[in-house]
Amino acid sequence: MNERPAVSIQGVSKHFKAGVTALSGIDLDVRPQEFISLIGPSGCGKSTLLRIIGDLIDPSEGVVEVNGKPASQARRDHDYGIVFQEAVLYDWRTVSKNIALPLELLRWGREKRTQRVNEMLRLVELEGFEDRRPWELSGGMQQRVAIARALSFDPSLLLMDEPFGALDEMTRERLNMELLRIWEASGSTIVFVTHSIAEAVFLSTRVVVMSPRPGQIADLVDIDLPYPRTAETREEPRFFELVTGVRERLAGRGAQVEPELLEDAT
Amino acid sequence: MASIAVDHTTTPRIGALHGLRRVGLVVAGIAVFWALWEGYRWFGETVGITWPFTVDATNMPHIHDMLHALTEPLQPGGPPLIQLEWHWALFTAKEAFLGFVIGGLVGFGLAVLLAHSVLLRRGLVPYIVVSQTVPILAVAPMVVVGLGTKGVTPWVSVSVIAAYLTFFPVAMNTLRGLLSPKPRDLELMRSYAADRRSMLWKLRMPASLPFVFSALKISATASVIGAIIGETPASIQDGLGGAIVNFNQYYATGPERLWATNIICAALGFAFFGAVVVVEHFVLRRAPEHLV
Repeated sequence: MNERPAVSIQGVSKHFKAGVTALSGIDLDVRPQEFISLIGPSGCGKSTLLRIIGDLIDPSEGVVEVNGKPASQARRDHDYGIVFQEAVLYDWRTVSKNIALPLELLRWGREKRTQRVNEMLRLVELEGFEDRRPWELSGGMQQRVAIARALSFDPSLLLMDEPFGALDEMTRERLNMELLRIWEASGSTIVFVTHSIAEAVFLSTRVVVMSPRPGQIADLVDIDLPYPRTAETREEPRFFELVTGVRERLAGRGAQVEPELLEDAT
Repeated sequence: MASIAVDHTTTPRIGALHGLRRVGLVVAGIAVFWALWEGYRWFGETVGITWPFTVDATNMPHIHDMLHALTEPLQPGGPPLIQLEWHWALFTAKEAFLGFVIGGLVGFGLAVLLAHSVLLRRGLVPYIVVSQTVPILAVAPMVVVGLGTKGVTPWVSVSVIAAYLTFFPVAMNTLRGLLSPKPRDLELMRSYAADRRSMLWKLRMPASLPFVFSALKISATASVIGAIIGETPASIQDGLGGAIVNFNQYYATGPERLWATNIICAALGFAFFGAVVVVEHFVLRRAPEHLV
């Protein structure tokens, strides 16, 4: 494969002022249209890595390129949409207006905006809620608005920082399936940060296992489960094998693996 | 999917019943105040309280006497006092409103300026605070005389004094509001490569609105007080301030007139406050917990 990587990370380290090294010597290429998950215990720097990819913070060393451009240029070119753990919806905007926010900033015309917002509402199945205010929605619905907003301007790359971390298990599993459907429909590349082994395995083409202090890539696990993945996928023996595999690689790195990580997958 | 429950209890719409209860509370509050006033007076006269002031008909006129004074003409054959008060109140309202607008705009503009630079905040905020420690009574004559020599109509000078009291809460609260977006809110904007202007218009300003309105509520009454105080050194006779000075001189013979004027002043302040509350209700549609 000689394809240009969607994200290319070379020798990235991040030191914080207090002398903490959050990331050390990260090398990673993300292929176009890949769904890649970063998993690891708290403090392994996975969110930091995501923010560096998004040019929200600068690396102390190393280079990040998105679509062959420096990350800062990619940000200015609106190459990526981002979804945080909290939905980060603006209170004073309706659901529709929240989804339209990036389109306004990109100076899309009103008609084009309305049309796209309606498409997005359909995509995340929130038709009929366009005039609601964020606080009137459940956590899962808020997060769907955030996803619609991130996808509204068709970015080639989607950065997701534990987007479903604050949701209950059932909502999370349903949104996982929706996200896969959206991903397959949109053809974008996704970098996904998560705490949950099961979630990472279910969603991803590849899982990046990270270890803490300093944050490093411990392992790369190819997930060879066929798409489209469904509720049955979670019951296949191969799914369990892969979950076990990722869990062992997390635990295998000695360090301190939080018990919650191990429980998550069961 | 659409079956997910939407929590209606958090909608900040005030129901009719809720409204009725509010009115009831206000009426009850007035009744309690009335009872306390008359009760203290009755008790004070009976027991002979002389501290902190002698309780008698001069110092504490009956409330019904104050209200009655409004229906009596000031001079034989003249219009009832309430009619005069109405004109004075309109005049003072005009001064206060202009002052409120000027102060609001200046305060808001100042806050936007300060929000842009830490250096400006460090340098300017202390002086803004100091400006409010100067007694308004000391500033008022200077403003009136100073602006008067520049040919400014006296009542406009009074508005400037009202603005002096108005801008401060607006500036401080708006500044706080402009700086209120959380790191995630800002990161989102950064991820869209939003420029400073978009950041201000699409994030900081709307985020500041609840703060602005809480300041405007303070400023609404402050502008009325500013106008009343400002009329005194300006020797303006057409407003409530002038009336207060006037009735104060005849206090011994007709205390209820001064008190009646006080009631009108309070009503004017309350009307200003209420107007802001009404505007806020229509402009702000926020999660209840985000309203300050």
